[in-house]
Amino acid sequence: MTEKAFTSEAALKRLKKRRGKEWRFRLWGRAAIGFALAALAWLLISIVGTGYTAFQQNFMTLEFELSESVLAPDGTRDPEKLRGANYRRIVQTTMYELFPEVTDRKAKQELFGLTSASGATNKLRQMVYKNPDLIGKTVSVTVPASDQIDQLLKGYIKRDTDESRRKVSDQQIAWADTLKERGIIKKKFNRILFMNPDSRDPELAGIASAVIGSVMILVVAFVLAFPIGVGAAIYLDEFAPKNKFTDFIEININNLAAVPSIVFGLLGLAVFLNFMGMPRSIPLVGGMVLALRVFPTITIATRSALQGVSPSIVDGALSLGASHTQAVFQQKLPLAAPGILTGSIIGMAQALGETAPLLMIGMVAFVTEVPNSITEPATALPVQIFLWSDSAERAWAERTSAAIIVLLVVLITMNGFAIWLRNRLEQRR
Amino acid sequence: MTETTKPKFTCRDVRVHYGDFEALHGIDIDIPDHGVTAFIGPSGCGKSTFLRTFNRMNDTIDGCRVSGQILMDGEDIYDKNLDPVLLRAQVGMVFQKPNPFPKSIYDNVAYGPRIHGLTSSKAELDVLVEKSLRRAGLWDEVKDRLKLSGTGLSGGQQQRLVIARAIAVNPEVILMDEPASALDPIATAKLEALIEELKERYCIIIVTHSMAQAARVSDKTAFFYMGDLIEFDNTDKIFTNPGNDRTQDYITGRTG
Ligand SMILES: Nc1ncnc2c1ncn2[C@@H]1O[C@H](COP(=O)(O)OP(=O)(O)O)[C@@H](O)[C@H]1O
Ligand SMILES: [Mg+2]
Repeated sequence: MTEKAFTSEAALKRLKKRRGKEWRFRLWGRAAIGFALAALAWLLISIVGTGYTAFQQNFMTLEFELSESVLAPDGTRDPEKLRGANYRRIVQTTMYELFPEVTDRKAKQELFGLTSASGATNKLRQMVYKNPDLIGKTVSVTVPASDQIDQLLKGYIKRDTDESRRKVSDQQIAWADTLKERGIIKKKFNRILFMNPDSRDPELAGIASAVIGSVMILVVAFVLAFPIGVGAAIYLDEFAPKNKFTDFIEININNLAAVPSIVFGLLGLAVFLNFMGMPRSIPLVGGMVLALRVFPTITIATRSALQGVSPSIVDGALSLGASHTQAVFQQKLPLAAPGILTGSIIGMAQALGETAPLLMIGMVAFVTEVPNSITEPATALPVQIFLWSDSAERAWAERTSAAIIVLLVVLITMNGFAIWLRNRLEQRR
Repeated sequence: MTETTKPKFTCRDVRVHYGDFEALHGIDIDIPDHGVTAFIGPSGCGKSTFLRTFNRMNDTIDGCRVSGQILMDGEDIYDKNLDPVLLRAQVGMVFQKPNPFPKSIYDNVAYGPRIHGLTSSKAELDVLVEKSLRRAGLWDEVKDRLKLSGTGLSGGQQQRLVIARAIAVNPEVILMDEPASALDPIATAKLEALIEELKERYCIIIVTHSMAQAARVSDKTAFFYMGDLIEFDNTDKIFTNPGNDRTQDYITGRTG
């Protein structure tokens, strides 16, 4: 042989072909990843782009004269009676005083519309209720501007559109600009978004009740699904006899994980609400429905974690005279723990994003109070997003995106925590 | 080893089935107490299967059935009233692949005593852990890092840790299934020296694929072939003057 086998013409040709194949595959891979990244970037940019402005809001700092003649003409200081007092008048008076030259009735109404009417009256009512001694004094209070003014000052309402086609009049625009110049209207961090429950007025609406509701639902779901899911997995993997019946159960658990979540909602509606007569819209029922949704995920994660543990560890324990139960719980389970926890956290993250089953059990209610217990009506973060996204006004669109950002941040945090936990626990081995 | 010593194990017509497959076709053997008995034979002939009958580890394999009789000190270890868990406390086992628990060296050794409640105080447990590690010839190497993970040790150290772990529950018998097959020559030499020491105190049964190892460490050797015990005799005799042609072929490397 004059030619070595690996330098022959045929060999070089083969090599070229192989390299070409490899190169094409790499190109494919890069294109796929590029596409995925582009989609992700587009999602983030569009949501963050519309949502980030909702984290700030325009507020007005005003001097309110809590005159006794308006609030307590009979001189009472009984907080309960003071609740029903006419705070609207106080707010109106204050607003009118900002531009004393305004006398026309209709113009006055427009002027009053610069502030969040219910936001301001509720705030004053609360202050007086807590401290009736304020009556007769003048207090400086910061209240939200109305959502239209907020949107205007954030630049979402175009000033050059025809007056008849926007909800803010030219007059109001002029006032708002003046107030901004005078330092009465200022943009601040929007605490309301995080501290308030839902409201009819966008400038007063927040995600507090939804967040608390979601937390309660997740806690209920976890408390139910984790022991059931892990227990089922351990039993099926370690103790159940291997026969047709357990095969059947196994297949069904896998199928359950693939069942569309709305079906669980229908099940919850039929069993928990109609049959057991539990109230609608409460986190307890939401949690129970989502527990059904997540427990197959936890079972599957637990089983694969258990199967990942080397059988030689169990053999080692058994050979020392450990019982089967001891070997499983003392040696195998601790080694499977990282996988089990990761699976559970990811299952919980899934549950956090679930909307459809919660709609089925009536968690679409308009809840204006932060729930105190799992048996009080509540809503959940994704449902809140769904509700807000239904409203056409610009102020709602902004808040919808903001709520989505919060949801995404929580989801990413949960998944990140799962990864961190897994790495940490696995390092310790 | 005199012929009058009472055997540790007396096996009569031991058969093992995996489902319908008969892996051992009726083994009769008397394993002597104190000393090393080696099982040799081509791979797949049933050495491991037979070894596992002595601590009933076959019970943990799905579809595996053992029939016949195995007496340990005259007692039937397959008696229905005998808990295999108690048997395994008396018959320790070392596996082919070192399998320390992914826990600290201390916890590895302490695991057996803990589950059997052998010690009543931390101090006593400390003493037992040290004693077991000393007997396994590992103490000097690990005494400063008992809190570190057992899986961080070298292969040979891991295997001696597993021996220490078995010794800690105070067994009478130690079964070893090709314990040196994953070790380098130096670690193997250390392990063999350890076996030499341990045989004073324990009945040791070792499966090995290395003829030289069997010749070095064992007092008696049993040669298995396709599920049958072909020959069982003093190791010297087997390696110098085997009574059976198949044994002869195997130890001279003509089959294997
Ligand atoms: N868990 C098992 N299930 C089915 N057959 C097995 C199992 N373990 C071993 N066997 C079979 O039993 C025979 C003996 O195996 P083994 O005892 O492992 O042999 P050795 O240790 O001598 O190499 C082999 O034919 C093997 O295929
Ligand atoms: Mg073997």
